[in-house]
Amino acid sequence: MDFEDTVEEAAFRTQVRAWIDANAPRHLEEELKRASFGSNGVVSEDPIAAGKAWQKKKAEAGWACLHWPKEYGGAARTPIERVIWGQEEGPYAALTGVFTIGHGMCGPTVMSWASEEHKRKLLPPLASGEHVWCQLFSEPASGSDLAGLRTRAAKADDGSGDWIINGQKIWTSGAQYSDWGLLITRTNPDVPKHKGLTMFFLDMKSPGVEVRPIKQANGQSSFNEVYFTDVRIPDNQRLGDVGQGWEVSLTTLMNERLSIGSGMSTGFPELFRFCMEAEIDGRPAVEDSAVRSRLAQIAVKQSGLKYTGMRAISALSKGEIPGPENSIGKLVAGATMQDLSMFALDLQGEAGVVWDEDSPQQGRFQAMLMRSPATRIEGGSDEILRNIIGERVLGLPGDIRVDKDVPFKDIPTSGRKKK
Amino acid sequence: MNLDFSDEQKQLRDQIRRFLNEKCPSSAVRAILEGPESYDKALYRGLAEMGVLGAAIPEEYGGSGLTHLELCVVAEELGRALAPVPVSSSIYLAAEFLIQAGTSKQKELWLPKLAAGEAIGTFALSEGQGRTTPARISAKVEGGKLTGVKFPVADGDVADFAVVAARDEKGKVSLYLVELAAAGVRRETLESIDPTRGQARLVFDRAPAELLGAKGDGWHIASQVLDRAAVLMAFEQLGGADRALEMARDYALERMAFGRPIGSFQGIKHILADMYVSATLARSNCYYGAWALVSGAAELPVAAATARVSATTAFQHCAKNNIQVHGGMGFTWAFDCHLFYRRSNALALALGSQSTWETLLIERMSAGNAETAA
Repeated sequence: MDFEDTVEEAAFRTQVRAWIDANAPRHLEEELKRASFGSNGVVSEDPIAAGKAWQKKKAEAGWACLHWPKEYGGAARTPIERVIWGQEEGPYAALTGVFTIGHGMCGPTVMSWASEEHKRKLLPPLASGEHVWCQLFSEPASGSDLAGLRTRAAKADDGSGDWIINGQKIWTSGAQYSDWGLLITRTNPDVPKHKGLTMFFLDMKSPGVEVRPIKQANGQSSFNEVYFTDVRIPDNQRLGDVGQGWEVSLTTLMNERLSIGSGMSTGFPELFRFCMEAEIDGRPAVEDSAVRSRLAQIAVKQSGLKYTGMRAISALSKGEIPGPENSIGKLVAGATMQDLSMFALDLQGEAGVVWDEDSPQQGRFQAMLMRSPATRIEGGSDEILRNIIGERVLGLPGDIRVDKDVPFKDIPTSGRKKK
Repeated sequence: MNLDFSDEQKQLRDQIRRFLNEKCPSSAVRAILEGPESYDKALYRGLAEMGVLGAAIPEEYGGSGLTHLELCVVAEELGRALAPVPVSSSIYLAAEFLIQAGTSKQKELWLPKLAAGEAIGTFALSEGQGRTTPARISAKVEGGKLTGVKFPVADGDVADFAVVAARDEKGKVSLYLVELAAAGVRRETLESIDPTRGQARLVFDRAPAELLGAKGDGWHIASQVLDRAAVLMAFEQLGGADRALEMARDYALERMAFGRPIGSFQGIKHILADMYVSATLARSNCYYGAWALVSGAAELPVAAATARVSATTAFQHCAKNNIQVHGGMGFTWAFDCHLFYRRSNALALALGSQSTWETLLIERMSAGNAETAA
């Protein structure tokens, strides 16, 4: 048991550190470190432009999408080298959050399912940050039950072979500045729901695509609705066969949960600092026994996630595939952050209701409180994650699916329909 | 980075698991629960013969000269099997006290016997209700004679000697080695929530006591040894948590209700998923504790408390929900669920209760180690 790099890893780390020291946008470091969960990262300049600039610089030096093959804009590095890069990138990694979905989900899906020609065309500009991708999956009536989606793709009646898209997607991060989208549609409503889906990639500038920001419960707008009105997609932008969309989407979702779940913060370091500073009856809150118990329980969750990640890294370092233990990441982090924010406000007493610049840590905990409900839903809700752990890790049988063998068009859509 | 056990250590784990599957089925645990014996003597002898009791005891004192990592592996397996043997008292505590603070004469006298399972040692700290603090130690030694009452003392009913925390002539807390067969020692077996592990009241009336470690250093030494024992105990708890989860999972696959396995209901599935989460967090924290224990890291006090708090949470969580998943059958004497429930709650109190360790963890983090755990 040790936390040491191998000789090769240490050499790689030295190389990475030197390059980052010489090239990172240092003027943004403080701002990025201060940025709290649920607030915007960079505000002093255009965050998208700053992210693209950093990604471009990385790509030019051969540090973009480390684990991708070189012909697709990557660097053909090992998984452990990718981890080391991420550790060294530190706060600057937040700059390229705009590419998380593209690099983490859309890219791997394109790599698995697109033609060689498309891979060579699409992936290098995604790797280098020239293009931003979004994921057009969830719909107002199909979230956890994604396969119940309704956005229709029908063959154009002009003999072109093109597809005509009509419908609506929701919760699309970054749609407003995306160049490409990964779109899952229903092509056949006459077969059971999983069998009638088809995946495409779509130019987001296509006529008939309309992006509308969603005003979220916390007042921010980081997600969008995307409407499709007679949007035309060439058949060669289809990924997988017609009717194979569900299988294609699993590639994306598996990558989604992996990338979102790794290394998530619970907000514990910030809470701990606050408890060192805040007072109860003239003494530091951290000396109060009730506070200590609560803090200790949060501390061991934070630490458990940290060392769970390190166990996965250990497996990568040995060239092994990490076990299923990383599937707990988002489930633990999301709920912990929500509880933690409520606790931090409780310690502020009645003043916890106030959310302004004078609130402790510039209102970090109020921001967490208001953002954390989404963490427990996005990228697989707590309940879906528990199903995944139960079924894929523990081997329990799936729930009964009453709509499994029913043609999609016959599945009931309202629970209150009168007989 | 390698936060994992080595292949050799995993082989040792497999070997011990096979041994315990054979020698320590739940019928063996029940024999202690329901019978007159306080621990399974044949099993203890078998563990000694395998060399695992002496895993972390130096070879010059009759041990196997392995490391505490091997002892962590052993502890996890003992926890899985709910082994009714005094390993925690005799090895994690008594042997560790001797290794850390004993004179070479004390080590020579006792360590080979502890490693061979020929003698049992224990640690006598608590003096009754409430959390133990230095101020609450009232047992005292005058002229080499100990007077006072200690309870509960794990395995105090069968131990040959106890390391006793008591006040010296100057009123400072010091440690004393006390042979329990000596005149002036009376012991009473106590009933407990987990009869598969013995508990006793030790009454000392001018019993001969020999200083262990420097005078006045007792609380300090005890804290250090308790940290080391906490990591090992956390592995025992982790083993128990994992086994309780497996039992619940197996039952959820097998038990039918409403025409299907109960594990297909989300109400059951999500309980099991949460058990997996708590056991996984505990495992990762235990590995952190194991690393700190063997590497002599300065953050051992934080790592030990982290492993201990996490493993206590996990074992209690998994054991109580194992009963829940089993439904009414889980509350029968015949099913093994209550064995895990008993042990999980007993171990949660051994070495200091959960709230004690929670307090220690945060005290230690605020004393300057915050960054390491964050």
